[in-house]
Amino acid sequence: MAETIATRAAYGKALAELGENRMFYVMDADLSGSTQTGVFGKKIPDRFVNCGIAEQNMVATAAGIASTGVPVFCSSFAMFAVGRAFEQIRNSVAYPRMNVKICASHAGITVGEDGPTHQFCEDIALMRALPNMTVINPADAVETRAAVEAMLNYDGPVYCRLGRYAVPVIFDPDDYRFEWGKGMALADGKDVTIVATGIMVDAALKARALLAGEGIDAAVLDIHTIKPLDGNLIASFAAKTGAVVTVEEHTVIGGLGSAVAELLSETVPVKMKRVGMNDIFGKSAPAQTLLDHYRLNAAGVADAVRTLLGK
Amino acid sequence: MYDRVRSGRNGHIRQTMPNIDANSVLPIAELKEKAAEIRLLAVDAVGHAKSGHPGGSLSVADLIAYLYFYKMKVDPADPKWPDRDRFVLSKGHCCPALYAALALRGFFPVSDLNGLRTLESHLSGHPNMLETPGVDMSTGSLGQGISAANGIALAGKRGGKSYRVYAALGDGEIQEGEVWEAAMFASHYKLSNLTIYVDYNHLQIDGDVREVMNPTPIDKKFEAFGWFVQTIDGHDFRQIDEATKRAEADERPSAIIMTTVKGKGVSFMENQAGWHGKAPKGDEYEQAMRELKDALARAKEENHG
Repeated sequence: MAETIATRAAYGKALAELGENRMFYVMDADLSGSTQTGVFGKKIPDRFVNCGIAEQNMVATAAGIASTGVPVFCSSFAMFAVGRAFEQIRNSVAYPRMNVKICASHAGITVGEDGPTHQFCEDIALMRALPNMTVINPADAVETRAAVEAMLNYDGPVYCRLGRYAVPVIFDPDDYRFEWGKGMALADGKDVTIVATGIMVDAALKARALLAGEGIDAAVLDIHTIKPLDGNLIASFAAKTGAVVTVEEHTVIGGLGSAVAELLSETVPVKMKRVGMNDIFGKSAPAQTLLDHYRLNAAGVADAVRTLLGK
Repeated sequence: MYDRVRSGRNGHIRQTMPNIDANSVLPIAELKEKAAEIRLLAVDAVGHAKSGHPGGSLSVADLIAYLYFYKMKVDPADPKWPDRDRFVLSKGHCCPALYAALALRGFFPVSDLNGLRTLESHLSGHPNMLETPGVDMSTGSLGQGISAANGIALAGKRGGKSYRVYAALGDGEIQEGEVWEAAMFASHYKLSNLTIYVDYNHLQIDGDVREVMNPTPIDKKFEAFGWFVQTIDGHDFRQIDEATKRAEADERPSAIIMTTVKGKGVSFMENQAGWHGKAPKGDEYEQAMRELKDALARAKEENHG
């Protein structure tokens, strides 16, 4: 069994490491233990700002700090960082192109037991709609670490989606390279392309193994950057395989599935199926129970492929 | 009246404001002239644009004249000078007054004001820091500017900078919850380098602020949040100056509640909520221009003798 680490844990660790030699601020809204920004806060308290339970003020304050030329990482649960403070992100961060990174943890249903009020499955849709905004959704701890460094090297607004749930480590830190705006072909295939993002990349790889046993050869793409979308990579795989299944721990409305459908409908129209939350709120239960319940797992992805291919 | 300071960074001569000390003389006649000019240019620009917000621009004009022509250290030749003082117009809709001040101060040509709210112009309906030289923060959505000012003040304090941060809020604006999140933040982090001015002109779009959603007592609210609060006449330069100096000496963030007249300087706009966001047309425009030009002529006479 592979090692499991939550992407939020990798995030906190990366901030603390990079903060030693790089100048940036980290802000949180009373969730620094959960988002793991507290690791940075304990180590570098003079560049950490706890804003209390006041996300709107946090985001617009981050914009003010960034206006002085210093990057800011701003964290809370996705529900509150993006949901509560959406308008501050739009008007004080995205519009003036501030160097603010909204890095929100506890995204998606893998929040688990806290239930639907805290399971934000609409964040990618909201952030993707904003001009000037880059949207990143790392698949594992290694990709998260690399994404944090890449964000720091980029001057502009970014939304980065992080999770609470410990997920398998897919990548080898020694040979992983994060390329801004580029997807990664993790496996080639000729029958179908599974386009996955975030913690669903692991499920996509496992689905590929299941399908291989049935003679279905699936390619798997890791789309860590949903905006800007790597259109060339996705279109080329769509053209090659003629069928695409998208997988995300997010509503099928407005997220990766929508982005890929928008792309392919204008470039390489192929048959498609979107796996995600089907326009419903989640439930209160352990994360793995929910992933299985909503079929955001290898079996669910494999079923979607079989349905799409008529097998 | 400008202080010339040689910049160590790039060597050019900065046309900054003088540092205020106990002996400096407040050039009241000069400031009155600048304020009259700001009022004239702001209403003229709104008239040309056929839309915009004259009422609050006129009530905040004296403060803006004081900040840009006396108080703030800024450099029109280097608008992004890292050590400059900052001004955040949290009530962003009153940007015609800000734009007029920036133009008069030399950040861009005064003739640009005629382009307000047009496609080709850098002067948006609400301030856009990416397009307009001298605008320190993009604002317009009420309640967010005070937070941004907090961020600039916090970065200044922690970064060992000596700049000060000023922000102007509307009395209607403080109905936004974010203002009170920001008020809590500023006192928690002891942002002594932050001074906000509440333009208490008593009117918002739908009418009297006390009837729409009563924000009073404004002073006691900020006091309860840990701020140093002063209430002044926002059309009296001496009071603005004295309150601003006292604010600098206090260790708390400062709120200066300025009692003002919405539409100040145009007889038919004064104390009328209807002129919050409406451009004067035809005869109204002509009358407004006449009154503001007369006022400017009187101020010039007073200033130059």
